[in-house]
Amino acid sequence: MGKTLFDKIWDSHVVATIEEGPSVLYIDRHLIHEVTSPQAFAGIEKRGVEVFRPQNTVATPDHNVPTIDQHLSIKDELSRFQVNKLTENCERHGVTLFGLNHPYQGIVHVIGPQLGLTRPGMTIVCGDSHTSTHGAFGSVAFGIGTSEVEMVLATQCIMQPKPKKMRISVEGELPKGISAKDVVLYIISKVTASGGTGYFVEFAGSAIRSLSMEGRMTVCNMSIEMGARGGLIAPDQTTFDYVKGREYAPKGAEWEKELAKWKELYSDEDAVFDKEIVFDAADIEPMITYGTNPGMGTKVKGRIPTLDEVPEKERNSFTKSMKYMGFNPGDELIGKPVDYVFVGSCTNGRIEDLREVAKFVKGRKKADNITAWIVPGSKQVEQQAIEEGIVDILEEAGFKLRQPGCSACLAMNDDKIPSGKYAVSTSNRNFEGRQGPGSRTLLASPVTAAAVAVTGTIVDPREISELELV
Amino acid sequence: MAIEKFTKITSSAVPLPIENVDTDQIIPARFLKATTREGFGENLFRDWRYDSNNKPVEDFVLNDPRYSGKILVAGKNFGSGSSREHAAWAVHDYGFKVVVSSFFADIFRGNSLNNGLLPVLVTEEFLEEIFAEIEKDPKAEFEVDLKSQTFKIVSTGSTASFEINSYKKECLLNGFDDIDYLLNIKDKITAFEASRA
Ligand code: SF4
Repeated sequence: MGKTLFDKIWDSHVVATIEEGPSVLYIDRHLIHEVTSPQAFAGIEKRGVEVFRPQNTVATPDHNVPTIDQHLSIKDELSRFQVNKLTENCERHGVTLFGLNHPYQGIVHVIGPQLGLTRPGMTIVCGDSHTSTHGAFGSVAFGIGTSEVEMVLATQCIMQPKPKKMRISVEGELPKGISAKDVVLYIISKVTASGGTGYFVEFAGSAIRSLSMEGRMTVCNMSIEMGARGGLIAPDQTTFDYVKGREYAPKGAEWEKELAKWKELYSDEDAVFDKEIVFDAADIEPMITYGTNPGMGTKVKGRIPTLDEVPEKERNSFTKSMKYMGFNPGDELIGKPVDYVFVGSCTNGRIEDLREVAKFVKGRKKADNITAWIVPGSKQVEQQAIEEGIVDILEEAGFKLRQPGCSACLAMNDDKIPSGKYAVSTSNRNFEGRQGPGSRTLLASPVTAAAVAVTGTIVDPREISELELV
Repeated sequence: MAIEKFTKITSSAVPLPIENVDTDQIIPARFLKATTREGFGENLFRDWRYDSNNKPVEDFVLNDPRYSGKILVAGKNFGSGSSREHAAWAVHDYGFKVVVSSFFADIFRGNSLNNGLLPVLVTEEFLEEIFAEIEKDPKAEFEVDLKSQTFKIVSTGSTASFEINSYKKECLLNGFDDIDYLLNIKDKITAFEASRA
């Protein structure tokens, strides 16, 4: 019987299997950040063990960093302490760190791919659930807890039961103006926020293959939002072209050798998945969420379900969610007022996202009622945005580019949406309080966010501009 | 570091009949700035437990004097969202030893097991039975026995068995953790690396 892509990678990394227990899985790449690593370093120090393979771990501060005045010392005492702790730990244990103000600093899931640290066929972990992003390269990448971060530091391995496999195919051509974010919000709205639990998902089909690497990252990034352990996409020419020439990518003969291996990374024709779902690309429209989990999404032009349309068992949660959001069941979304727009995060904080926003707002002006935060995913993205003139276009339209970090995606720093305010956000989670206590989040694509920033209300970007949409 | 041993507990329970409780509710991000594992219980369910003026919200279960105990009974899909182990630390640090639900998010479940917090998966029907029992008598007792893998409603005798893989069970019963295991097979790991080179 054939093997799935996931099996091929997983099986080749199993060091040992415990009977009726988890597998010991070897980890090729370990990414760390300031929030989920200090207890792990403290743990190995307490045990008196060294970092086993420091060269396989790379660190950067992102969750907790300010997005203005990064050249100054961090004002918040606890944040500063945590970021300094990361620096100390990396220095003491010989781990490469791209610290604040380093040209490679950025959100951990943005810098990995950008620097060629993320490559096909690897096992990649990070103490962060959106590690699934790296699956876009045909790697097995997933988030782990701090105890597991400690395991990787100490032994370069973790212990994990092997998940089941699901394939989600999106077939056909994506309609004009539909982005990767719409695709994944659509998928999650169908599969639900818990429908992927226990599975590792392979995304396939012609619509997925037509996406750029950055679009694929957006899709894999949000696989965790349907509860999946992670998502991955078979590498192809698009992948190889993206990786080639990057700072840490293999070069010369080494490249050729690796490339030959990467070309074997696909699900065999007769491979069997535990579950298969197929969607038609033609059904996908610009999407937005209205509730407090990413599965509560609909077409921008759609409406919130009525109570009758919600399964009986879920009505309590649904009603609670509507109360939090200040919406009524059955409401139309178009035209609802919005206070904040956030473009950024490891879902949509890459250069293509900024390009799309710039293209859309060029020659337009930001609406007066909107506070907009546009935050690049990394220093490199920021630099590119300056070089390409994106920053100028944004400023002309009344926006300002902030400095890289997770920012309002989880509001650990000062970028918090005030209580009761509505934010259209390109990030990945609309949980209660995610963007600040009492904040109300509506997830959407960068283009939809840009359109909202310009009109000040929820709007289908296609209504404003046919021309600029790709 | 060894984890706390778990064998059997008998306790009343705290009901949280809400579905899709995500880790941002369990422990909001702004409380993740600590660099040690202790003290997260204080901010468990922070934004449900306290209002914006830091006054306890009276009708939230953790503030309701009728409810107490070492068992948290939660609605379907508990612990979704972020991988923050701080969520498991917070639940455990608050004093819970067991979380019962009809569905757990994968990462939360793994994190709990790594910290001596036992996730007990029961059917939706049985979960309803537990909620109904607590509603009838907030002091109702439940017995969780890891050895026999059973969860019992003491007053009615109604029992459900739950799954746990035998390796994890051994770890919990003996207070072992995965890192000890991995450190013991380092030779094997080095040999694996050599075989790939
Ligand atoms: S941008 Fe948001 S989702 Fe991504 S790593 Fe940062 S906090 Fe997590």
